[in-house]
Amino acid sequence: MSISTGSAWVDGSSALMKRYNIFRSINWGKAAVVAVPGLWLAIFFFIPFLVVFKISLSETAIAVPPYTSLLEWDLEEAYVTFKMNLGNYLYLIEDAFYLDAYLSSIKIAGVSTFFALIVAFPIAYLIARSEGSTRGLLLALVILPFWTSFLLRVYAWMGFLKKNGIVNEFLLSTGLIDQPLTMLQTDFAVYIGIVYTYLPFMVLPLYSALEKMDVTLLEAAEDLGCPPVKGFFLITLPQVIPGIIAGCMLVFIPAVGEFVIPALLGGSDTLMIGRVLWDEFFLNRDWPMASAVAIVMLVVLVLPIMLIRNGQGKSEEAI
Amino acid sequence: MKRRSLFLNFAAAGGFLFLYAPIIALIIYSFNKSKLVTVWGGWSLKWYGELFQNEQIINAALLSFKIAFISASLAVVLGTMAGFVLSRYGPFRGKMILSGWITAPLVMPEVITGLSLLLLFVAMEGLFGWPSGRGTSTIIIAHTTFCMAYVAVVVQARLASMDETLEEAAMDLGAKPSSLFFLVTLPLIAPAIISGWLLSFTLSLDDLVIASFVSGPGNSTLPMVIFSKVRLGVTPEVNALATIMIAIVAIGVIAAMYQMRRQARLLAKPE
Repeated sequence: MSISTGSAWVDGSSALMKRYNIFRSINWGKAAVVAVPGLWLAIFFFIPFLVVFKISLSETAIAVPPYTSLLEWDLEEAYVTFKMNLGNYLYLIEDAFYLDAYLSSIKIAGVSTFFALIVAFPIAYLIARSEGSTRGLLLALVILPFWTSFLLRVYAWMGFLKKNGIVNEFLLSTGLIDQPLTMLQTDFAVYIGIVYTYLPFMVLPLYSALEKMDVTLLEAAEDLGCPPVKGFFLITLPQVIPGIIAGCMLVFIPAVGEFVIPALLGGSDTLMIGRVLWDEFFLNRDWPMASAVAIVMLVVLVLPIMLIRNGQGKSEEAI
Repeated sequence: MKRRSLFLNFAAAGGFLFLYAPIIALIIYSFNKSKLVTVWGGWSLKWYGELFQNEQIINAALLSFKIAFISASLAVVLGTMAGFVLSRYGPFRGKMILSGWITAPLVMPEVITGLSLLLLFVAMEGLFGWPSGRGTSTIIIAHTTFCMAYVAVVVQARLASMDETLEEAAMDLGAKPSSLFFLVTLPLIAPAIISGWLLSFTLSLDDLVIASFVSGPGNSTLPMVIFSKVRLGVTPEVNALATIMIAIVAIGVIAAMYQMRRQARLLAKPE
C-alpha cells in the first residue's frame, strides 16, 4: 500500500487500516493474548481456592487422598448424598489455639513492621540526601541482600544469635554479660528476622517519598526559627506518609503469613498462623483442617488487605 | 543542623551494619577449619571441598537451576502478555478480574498458594489422571504462576511510564499488530522483561514453602535440602554454599550496575 502521496492520504489510509485491523485481524489475536494468561491464572490460581474451600468442608480420612468426598453415589439405590462438614470451622472457633495463632501473627507482624520503619528511616533519609554516585552505591547496598537467598539470610542469623554465637561471644568478651543470653528460638529472634529480611521493602518506598519531598519548606521553617525536631514532625513526616504506608504494607503483608522465619528462629511457643497451617498439613496430615485454616486466613487477613490496596490505588488515581 | 546529620549518619551506619554483619560473619566462618561452627580453628577451604562432594546438595542445586530457568522463561512470556493486555488494551470485559488475579499472588501468603496448588494437582490427578504424582513439572507450574505476577507488574509499570508516540507512529505507518509488538514495543520494554526474568529466576531459586507443598518424593530442590539441614542447627557446609551463592549474586549485581552506569554515560554524551 502506498502512503507517500501526501498527508491527507496518510491519515485516510491509517484510519482505514485501524478499522480493518479491528474488524479482521486484531480481535482474534487480541482475544488470544488475553486468554492465555487469563486461563493460566484461572486454572492455577483461582480454581485452587475453590478446591481448598471444597476440601475444608470434608472430613479427614485414612485414604489416598486423605479426605472424604462431599458427594456419595449409591448406584444400586440410585441416590446421591451430599455431605457438608462444618466441623473444621467450628473447631477453629472452639479451640482458642487457632484464634491465638491469628492474633499472635498480627502482633508479631505489626511489631516487626514498626521496628522495620525505625531502622529503615535513617537509611532512607541518608540515601535521599546524598549525591550522585554515593546515592547509587548506598541504594545498591540496600538492594543487594534482597537478591541473595531469603533462606540463607535467615540462616545467617542462626549463627549470629545462638548461645555460643557471635553476639554472645562479643557481649561476654566486653563484660556486659556474664551468662550467654538465650536469643535464638525466642520471639525476639523472630522480630529480628522479619525486620532484617524485609528491610529493603521498607527502605525503598521511604526513599522515593523522601526524595520527592520539598526540602525548601524545611529550610524556610528553619529560617523562621523552627527547631529541627519540630520541623521533622511538622514538615518532613506529613510529606512522607504515603511512603510510610506503602512500606508498612510491603512488610506487614508477607510477615503475617511467614513460615520460614518462625520455623528457624522462633521457639516452639512462637505461634504464627503460617506455621500452624504447615504443621497441620505436614505433621498432622489433616488436609481438611489445613484447608479451613487457609480459608479463614484468606477471608480475615488477605481480602481486607487487597481491598485496602485497591482503595489506595483508586484514591491515588483520583489525585 | 550539623548535630542532627551526625546522629542521622550514626543511625544509618547502624542500619547498614545490621544488614551486613550477619552475612559477613557467615562468609568468614565458611573458611573456618574447625567443625565446631563457633570455634575459630584457622583458615581452610575444607568445607568447600566437602560441599562439592555432597551429591545430595549438587543434585538439588542442578534441579533448582533447571526449575528456575524454565519457570522464569514461562513466567516472562505469560507475565508480559498479561502486563501488555492490562496497560494497552483499554477497557474490556473481565479486565478487573484479570488485574485482580495478577496482583493477588503478590499479597498471598506462600503457605496458602502452596496448599491450594497441591490440592488442585491432587484433584486433577483424581479427575484426569494428570499430573500423575508430583515432581519437577508441578513445581514449574507453581513457580510460573507466582513469578508471572511479578513480571506482569514490572512490565505494566514500564509500559505505563513509556512514551506511546513511537507505537502510534508505527501504527500510522501501517504496522501490523504483531510486527508493531515485536519490532517496536518489545525492544522498548526489553529492560523490564530482563529484570522480570532475573527476578523470577531468583524467586524460583529461593522458594522453599511452595516447592515443599507441590514436590513429590525424590524431587528436593536446593532450598528444601538446605532447610532440612539447617533446621537441626548451623552446618559449615551450608556456610560454604551460602558464601558461593552470595558471591555470585554480588558479582551479578555489580556487573549490572557497571553496565547501567556505562550506558547512562554513553547516553549523556553530547552528540
